[in-house]
Amino acid sequence: MGKTIQVSDQLRVVQTEPYIWEIPPHGEMRVPGRIYGDQTTVDHLVEDVQAGKSWNALVQIVNVACLPGIQRASLAMADIHPGYGFPIGGVGAFDFDEGVISMAGIGYDINCGVRTMRTNLSRAEIEPKKEDLANALYRTVPAGLGSTGDIKLSLKEVDKVLEKGAEFAVERGYGFAEDLEYVEERGRIAGADPDTVSKKAKEREFNQVGTLGSGNHYLEVQWVEEVYAPDVADAYGLFPNQILISIHCGSRGLGHQIGTDYLKVLEAASRKYNIPIRERELVCAPITSPEGRRYLAAVNCGINCAFANRQAIAHLARRAFQDALGVRPQEIATLYEIGHNTAKVEEHDVDGHIKKLVVHRKGATRAFGPGRKELPTAYRDVGQPVLVGGTMGTCSFILHGTELAMRETFGSALHGAGRTLSRQQAKKRFWGEDVITELAGQGIVVRAHSKAGVAEEAPGAYKDVEEVVDIMHNAGIIRKVARLRPLICVKG
Amino acid sequence: MAYEYLDHEADVGIRASGATFEEALAEGARAMFGVMTDLNQVGRSEEVVIHCQAGDLAALFVECLNELLFQSDTRHLLFADFQVTRLTHSGAGYELEGVAHGEPLDAARHDLCTEVKAATYAGLKYEVGDGRHVLQCVLDV
Repeated sequence: MGKTIQVSDQLRVVQTEPYIWEIPPHGEMRVPGRIYGDQTTVDHLVEDVQAGKSWNALVQIVNVACLPGIQRASLAMADIHPGYGFPIGGVGAFDFDEGVISMAGIGYDINCGVRTMRTNLSRAEIEPKKEDLANALYRTVPAGLGSTGDIKLSLKEVDKVLEKGAEFAVERGYGFAEDLEYVEERGRIAGADPDTVSKKAKEREFNQVGTLGSGNHYLEVQWVEEVYAPDVADAYGLFPNQILISIHCGSRGLGHQIGTDYLKVLEAASRKYNIPIRERELVCAPITSPEGRRYLAAVNCGINCAFANRQAIAHLARRAFQDALGVRPQEIATLYEIGHNTAKVEEHDVDGHIKKLVVHRKGATRAFGPGRKELPTAYRDVGQPVLVGGTMGTCSFILHGTELAMRETFGSALHGAGRTLSRQQAKKRFWGEDVITELAGQGIVVRAHSKAGVAEEAPGAYKDVEEVVDIMHNAGIIRKVARLRPLICVKG
Repeated sequence: MAYEYLDHEADVGIRASGATFEEALAEGARAMFGVMTDLNQVGRSEEVVIHCQAGDLAALFVECLNELLFQSDTRHLLFADFQVTRLTHSGAGYELEGVAHGEPLDAARHDLCTEVKAATYAGLKYEVGDGRHVLQCVLDV
């Protein structure tokens, strides 16, 4: 069959299919590791181990494979890179009764994700007015370090956000009930218990609903450059040259504080339940233990917080379109919204048995194939839209989940390009102003609150998103529906 | 400058050093706020007292950074410096009291960069050698 790379005495990576590499179980591994990638993906991972890097993704895949109750394999999508405990691009599914829930499999930005909305406008209609539109979006959507939103909340009202998610924002006049049908969990995940979230975490939410944040978060106006699967594009309401709006952000300070708070709880739980800690960030608790149940309930609060946040931002974007172009808010519909830092209770077929699992997706999306009850009726025949963000200057993709994803990856896929340069390297190599000028030359208007932030997020600091998407497409886990190009990018 | 940034693909590693643990921790705090803004632009008009505790000194470092993030986020302040005022050890671990100085965040005056989501246990190290105390961790940004 394929190649075998001997990484160290025990650690081997074996190519089992053209785009699949396995790490055979050794030591305390309960299941194999499985990486979706090409030769370059794997070479990069192996180099990190051989260079003795203190954070490397291959060892993280192995560590996840050692956790109690893990099913089938410790999975890595093609955008894999080092994270904390779990790799970014990591997927781990655990038996609900026997398995664990790990903070590392979710991260600090709980339910960070992407909302994409579609308009009836074409690129040609926007082109002459894009500076005005960029200014309106920059003015209307709070972004950047320390930015605050118009929604001011009391402690009790924060509880409502955590229980109701996007519904809360709709009740406050941000968007329409029709939006909710096209958000994962219909914008409100069950099992969210505000009592499991600390007062400190809630205080961080007082004025952060409807704020974009910073770092790799963005709001983009994009156009459909290419349609690969016309029937699916039709189901999603996409057409060539159509203008879309995509929002990438998460649960802000509240989600970060839940992560910080529960890291300590789970560290103590790991000791209490005798689960070996292989990396200090890779702490966990049995799902059915009191600690595990509380953490899951808190994560669900974080998930709802991010839903509310993106719902509010989505509507602010509509207002900006109305201000700049006179487009009515009702003319902008939600295509879909997905999270890519989550753990969710789901049912999957494991070796012929339907099992209740907790599926962790750290820097990975859901990618359910056709027929799943979780999907909106309109998309149930074609599979779930998978929204993959690129970088400021490059393309983004809309993909769809497949039957094969259900069988191989618990209905999961990649989430983005993944960095190749660290933020420090990027700042040495790029200058924010230059990046903005260069993108302007390509017809992309950038409005950024931080020039240094633009340098850190320069397109050259990221892997080619198209290569990463193609790996998953060729492996059959997702199929490409459309490629999008940015026209306007608002950064924190 | 007694701190440096380490290459990390997705996030930012920080390494801070000092003649004592307390000094290294103070440098670590500066390193973290240095990710967010230019510290030279930040005044010291506001004072915030921080309390935290942890089972070991490395965890205390992370705990202290996260407490500073919480204070910064909820009070809308940027901090320019931090001093440990008291460090005690008991059977259960370590307790720290410190004071941070800074001023209200003002996008018009401060060159703002990337928000730090959390200080993490990833790459966490506390080492002592040649009379230097070194603290290291990865910040999630």
